[in-house]
Amino acid sequence: MPVFFAKGKSARSTFPVAAILAFAAATGAKTDEELSGGATTAFDTTREAFSLSARNLTDEHRAPFFVGHSFFNENWLAASASVSARDGLGPLFVARACSACHVRDGRGAAPEADLPTETMVVRLSIPGRDEHGGPKPDPVYGSQLQTHALPGIKPEAEVLASYEDLGGAYGDGESYFLQRPVFQVTHLGYGPLSSNVAVSPLSAPAVVGLGLLEAVPEKTLRRLAAQDQRRTDGISGKMNLVWDVAAKRMVIGRFGWKAEQPSVRQQCAVAFNGDMGLTTTLFPDENYTTAESFCTNLPSGGHPEVSDEIFDAVVFYSRMLAVPARRDVTNKIVLRGQKVFEQLNCSVCHVPKLETGNVPGFPELTQQVIRPYTDLLLHDMGEGLSDHRQVFEAGQRDWRTPPLWGIGLVGTVNDHDNFLHDGRARGFDEAILWHGGEAEQSKEEFRRLNKSDRAALLRFLASL
Amino acid sequence: MPAVGCKFVFVKIFPPVLMLLTVCVCRPPGTAAAADADQPSVEQIKTAFISHYAELLQAEYADAFELTRRMQTNIETFLKNPNAENLAAARQSWTDCREPYMQSEVGRFYEGPIDGIEGYINAWPIDENYLDYTVAAPDAGIINQVGQFPQITRDVIVGANEKEGEKTVSTGFHAIEYLLWGQDLYADSPGRRSYMDYVESSDGPGRHAARRRQYLHLLAELLVEQLQVVNIQWEPNQPGNYRDRFLSLPPDEALTKIFSGLGNLSGSELMGERILVPYTTKSQENEHDCFSDTTHLDLVRNELGVQDICLGSYKRLNGEVLEGTGLLALLDKTAPRLAARLQGQLKAGMAALKAIPPPFDQAILGDDSKPGRVAIKKSLDALKLQTASISKAAESLHVQLNLK
Repeated sequence: MPVFFAKGKSARSTFPVAAILAFAAATGAKTDEELSGGATTAFDTTREAFSLSARNLTDEHRAPFFVGHSFFNENWLAASASVSARDGLGPLFVARACSACHVRDGRGAAPEADLPTETMVVRLSIPGRDEHGGPKPDPVYGSQLQTHALPGIKPEAEVLASYEDLGGAYGDGESYFLQRPVFQVTHLGYGPLSSNVAVSPLSAPAVVGLGLLEAVPEKTLRRLAAQDQRRTDGISGKMNLVWDVAAKRMVIGRFGWKAEQPSVRQQCAVAFNGDMGLTTTLFPDENYTTAESFCTNLPSGGHPEVSDEIFDAVVFYSRMLAVPARRDVTNKIVLRGQKVFEQLNCSVCHVPKLETGNVPGFPELTQQVIRPYTDLLLHDMGEGLSDHRQVFEAGQRDWRTPPLWGIGLVGTVNDHDNFLHDGRARGFDEAILWHGGEAEQSKEEFRRLNKSDRAALLRFLASL
Repeated sequence: MPAVGCKFVFVKIFPPVLMLLTVCVCRPPGTAAAADADQPSVEQIKTAFISHYAELLQAEYADAFELTRRMQTNIETFLKNPNAENLAAARQSWTDCREPYMQSEVGRFYEGPIDGIEGYINAWPIDENYLDYTVAAPDAGIINQVGQFPQITRDVIVGANEKEGEKTVSTGFHAIEYLLWGQDLYADSPGRRSYMDYVESSDGPGRHAARRRQYLHLLAELLVEQLQVVNIQWEPNQPGNYRDRFLSLPPDEALTKIFSGLGNLSGSELMGERILVPYTTKSQENEHDCFSDTTHLDLVRNELGVQDICLGSYKRLNGEVLEGTGLLALLDKTAPRLAARLQGQLKAGMAALKAIPPPFDQAILGDDSKPGRVAIKKSLDALKLQTASISKAAESLHVQLNLK
């Protein structure tokens, strides 16, 4: 308000204007807390809260953003379609558009009991490693189940979720129930799965702020990992080391639930290929295995199906979605919850504040102070959350600390409150209660908090 | 709440600032002008604008509904007597429906009645292989896959659209467009589907003529029903419908919705999705009415939709002109220079869009000096300025508007 007024014509005297600016500067520390994504931050609490461009988007970047937005949101089509720029879907796929799972650029929901999975992928691997040290795919079904197919072709499988209740109680006696998902793979289209296959269902995460996370310097991640090594309480983050397809070497991973992708670019290419059956320069081969060789006779959407120009635009878009601003940062309960968050050591892994480095060509992402609440490192989260799947250096119980920015708006944007890798948690409280392994002690302290401190912590999380 | 604390601090430190804030709170911009009792106050103009907006939008939906019903009649006539003449009449009536419908798109983008159902009405792009044959796949589509879809029913057509993860597009204007025109494989004309596709024969597309007739029949029926659903929500004097609720919102909330529709249609949808994307990718057929080659008309009609709300004027199907308070009238009170600027930009935007030489799928091709691309670039520039002014207008009325 004061800032708006200062810009108006009515402020004739310069003194009040200067005073207002001084006031703004004096309280700067507080408003800074709101700027989760630095200068990219969008002040929006509508259903579009995850869908806005970085607010500092330069004029010449508007075109690639819109092009990326279009190809992220609209359906891909079966080849050969009249809209040839948009064809090549499948033959096997999980979704027809990025936005089918990342609904409004947001987060996928947990599958309903006894209904097939939507807005998530189901990864597969068998014991051993592939040529680059990554997970070894199932010989018939590859590294991800394709739950849909073009007309006339059998999908690979259907995956059904069911839930088991898991009772517990807070220190003050209040009881709770968690739900443990059990996934059943049915309607296998091409024979049995390997007997020793690991099946890992993963929800689509929100897309905001990815360019900023990519811009956090490697040395920051190394420093955070080194800091953890000096701890004596068991919290010990580590970096994943993964295969960079373009550079043909091992590099630090930072995207995906197990930090298995090194860059937004590779993440996008993997999703085009694995989730939609679309080829790119980075992944020029279709996503069926030799066991499904009948697919080779089908029409293609071009070589590659996603042209470099369109691929670049989708990568650009995925980097440039604004992070929503925090709300209620000076609310007393929120501030109390923030303190509890620190006292419980949540902030050791969910690191509140990071800085981005220089990103040539991307002034929007360069040298931003951001508040992602992640260290981008892998942590052992205990047996309760294990997906029994090793991904490079990420062990079966290891997960990358997911960023918490924007989680308070998932309900608004996506109409649900499902969190964790498979969406099993219904609300922040359940998500915390599932924490184990390195976070066991923090979880226990949360469980023993009094009711009002628990509520304050949840209120703080809702402000993110 | 925290602002109270801040003010308290000020009392001690900077009393003049507190005074200033007080002035700001007590006298919102514009109210000073209302001192003259003969003039309507800004609040009164706001209310008039909001209520006239509802009237215009409903008229657009009502006209779209009426024309879609006429299209349905023409389609039924064609299905009874498939011949070239009846096909041409059905196509013409499809194009006619688009005129009010594209204008009504200014009512999207704020979770109004249209937003929940828009995916059934105007979703794009169409997976034509999912509907019917293509040159590359003569047996493709629900129509020809008798084994997989023994009966063509509403459930088959609508069911495919339902799941969020699926998001298949098989209903609405563009599905009908495909069944009327077919693939556009030609630089110099739209799709050339023959009426013979709807006449039984022992080979070729006519093998499944009856199923194709059934599909088109159901598509027209569904579209009419869905437009009626939207229309009913905006009808006047219907307690509890959307219009009723909309008009009882605090004026600033209603304004936020109106601006969301204006800003998003002018910016991310018309300028971004519909013009900038095909202009940048230069992909022929990466345009909305790719089968009928009528995209250039859609663009003008979208702009007309923005203009209607700004000018407060809409010419109905029956010739009646609905005149009333538009956004410009409101701005004229609060930010007259901005009002004048926006008025000029609307004119320039319309002129620029009308100057794009059809068909749009050819105009986007070639290097940037080609007349088509020059004209499109001009439109993009004009719409950018127009959208910026809409944002400024929102700001001047204290409406929060975040555009993509």
